[in-house]
Amino acid sequence: MTEFTPLASALGGLMIGLAAVLLMAANGRIAGVTGIAVRILPPYEDSETPARLAFVVGLLLAPLVYLAAGGSIVQTISANLPLMMLTGLLVGFGAVYGGGCTSGHGVCGIARLSPRSMVATTTFMSVAILTVFINRHVL
Amino acid sequence: MNANTSKHLRTAASLAAGLHFGLGLIVSGMADPAKIQNFLDLAGTWDPSLAFVMAAAVSVTFVGYRAVGAQPRPLFAEKFFWPTAKDIDAPLLAGAAIFGLGWGLSGFCPGPALTALPLLAEGTLAFVPAMFVGMWAARFAR
Repeated sequence: MTEFTPLASALGGLMIGLAAVLLMAANGRIAGVTGIAVRILPPYEDSETPARLAFVVGLLLAPLVYLAAGGSIVQTISANLPLMMLTGLLVGFGAVYGGGCTSGHGVCGIARLSPRSMVATTTFMSVAILTVFINRHVL
Repeated sequence: MNANTSKHLRTAASLAAGLHFGLGLIVSGMADPAKIQNFLDLAGTWDPSLAFVMAAAVSVTFVGYRAVGAQPRPLFAEKFFWPTAKDIDAPLLAGAAIFGLGWGLSGFCPGPALTALPLLAEGTLAFVPAMFVGMWAARFAR
């Protein structure tokens, strides 16, 4: 069980949206975490690597800033390390192969009313729901 | 504004956006894989929170992109880099399906996994390096 948090979740979503708008207004770039993260690795196609690295550093700083400000972060993460490595591979591969993840397709793409992103989001949501159903209720 | 100044400003804006994005993930509860998996568990311990995150994030981005898109150019760059891909093709569907499988089994997608990394949970430390390997491999598979 996790607690249903409509207000905190809507507030967090608002912050995510503002971050996406900021990145477009300032740099003209989509806030897709997958597209940004994969391009901090070589081969480099342009000279925007420092900006992408800075975005990733920002993500990494977030929990430290949050804790320093007195917040507490609750996490329940599987300690099944082979499973986490396998799923990490699947998530990384699938997100790049499919051209985006929850942020790039799910937030930015849907906000642009992109049919491609709507299809991708519907696909990964459906597969994830089916996966959890089988994993928790069938196996 | 000279090119070098713009580049530094882009890096600073990107840092601010990443930090704000990460704080949004934490405030929304999305850095906790258990909350994601419970959202996906419609038949069990369903937690609808993720729907509120998505609804708010998409609404703000929809309005914000309209306002920003009406400007001639971004503040610190020559032009807007709006995505140009339109195809609904096999890689899009296969990639999204593979991503969905991993997301459902772990409760992690790239943003929350990176945001959770400094908290040093064992599962996150196993997930993130593998995620980068997968990302890197997919660039050559496409």
